[in-house]
Amino acid sequence: MIKIKNSGPIDRILFYILVPAMFINLYLIFIWSPVERMMGEVQKIFYFHVGTAWVAFLAFFVVGVFSVLTLIKPKMERFIYAGISAEIGVLFTTLALTTGMVWGRASWNTWWTWEPRLITTLILWFIYVAYLFVRKMDGSWEKIAKLSSVFGIIGVINVPIVFMATRWWNTKLHPVVFGEGKDQTGGGMEPEMLATMFFSLFTITILYVFLLRKGAQIEKMREVIKKAKNNVINKIAS
Amino acid sequence: MMTVLSDALTIAGKDLRSEFKTKQTISMMAIFAALVILVFSFAFDPTNNAVKAVIPGLVWVITVFAGILGLNRSFTSEQENDCLTGLRSGPIDAASIYLGKVLANFTIVTIVQLISIPVLFVLFNYRFTGSLLWFVLIILAGTLGFIIVGTFLSALSANAKNSEMLLPVLLLPLLSPLMIAAVQATRIALENENIENAIAWLQLMSAYDLLFFAACLLLFEFIMEGS
Repeated sequence: MIKIKNSGPIDRILFYILVPAMFINLYLIFIWSPVERMMGEVQKIFYFHVGTAWVAFLAFFVVGVFSVLTLIKPKMERFIYAGISAEIGVLFTTLALTTGMVWGRASWNTWWTWEPRLITTLILWFIYVAYLFVRKMDGSWEKIAKLSSVFGIIGVINVPIVFMATRWWNTKLHPVVFGEGKDQTGGGMEPEMLATMFFSLFTITILYVFLLRKGAQIEKMREVIKKAKNNVINKIAS
Repeated sequence: MMTVLSDALTIAGKDLRSEFKTKQTISMMAIFAALVILVFSFAFDPTNNAVKAVIPGLVWVITVFAGILGLNRSFTSEQENDCLTGLRSGPIDAASIYLGKVLANFTIVTIVQLISIPVLFVLFNYRFTGSLLWFVLIILAGTLGFIIVGTFLSALSANAKNSEMLLPVLLLPLLSPLMIAAVQATRIALENENIENAIAWLQLMSAYDLLFFAACLLLFEFIMEGS
């Protein structure tokens, strides 16, 4: 019988950081940070966009790490973490894509453009969904754990290659926020905006970690219930 | 190392012999490729001169679509009479099963390309003026990468009940960088542009091929254990 703890001290600490951070984040974004001169209010979506996009890639990296760990030593817990991270990843990738589209509409006057980071994110979304399809295969969890981990690793290898390939393909448009690039000196953000962005990144990352732990706990509970149900069925049948 | 290779050749030989006996997969793939060309000729008017621009893309669309048909069969055909269990329990390395399947699939898809690409050029009235050597090299590099990843995922998806549907969903996103490089390089080779631009894409394709070949060879063992 697996023992489940509903929420340990770590979850409580995360929760008590997360709730105030969320409100502070909203305050920073909508009231404290200055309104962008060219784009106006639409620019506020940028803070959510950067955060969700970052978590989308982070979550996939976590899938890769747990996939490698699962292959080294198959454990239910590692398998569950990889799956939950992928599920949250789909959510955040979708959010990053939709917020990006709204941003793109306001800033470049087009919903979609074939630009390296957009394509990479879109393909990331497809790989995530494919990964979830692999996990939905029927069979023992050990078998699915092996197959899905293998696919997870291949997918993680693929993402940087997609980015490189699309970057070579064409590179325009996306604002380079941190000073780099050929002639762009960076987007030249106000210090308040930069601070808000980093706080938003921090908050959304905490949200991801919190969701990951909660999701894993729920999944473990499901397993316990499944086992208990099977026990009862066996008892009745015998 | 030598035994891995010779075992792989044995498995590839077995696959190819059983294929050439019936020729079912190859003819089916070639017909399907021709049908895809037909559908595209309705979509883009072949008499229009601007259609030349879509030829490099079409080469890869027919390769991938027809290839997926063949890849679907690659491992599911082994499930009849539990042949896969036989392969697994035999004294052969998992790597040589993978290598053998890659060789067999690569041969089959190359044969299909030998038929379908000339058909494409004829039906679209395309005059080939580029350098043939580079064109062949690019096609081979792209097809190899496609088969390397495709064979691996075909083994993976063969475990599912709906493997025919699962394979393209898994395969196409992973192929995207290869396809970008392959289409760009093919375009450069066909339009007889400066070939040095194509070399960069060819390098990207080779890097993709090598990286995924190494990864798939290492990870294939887990698929065989899992199924």
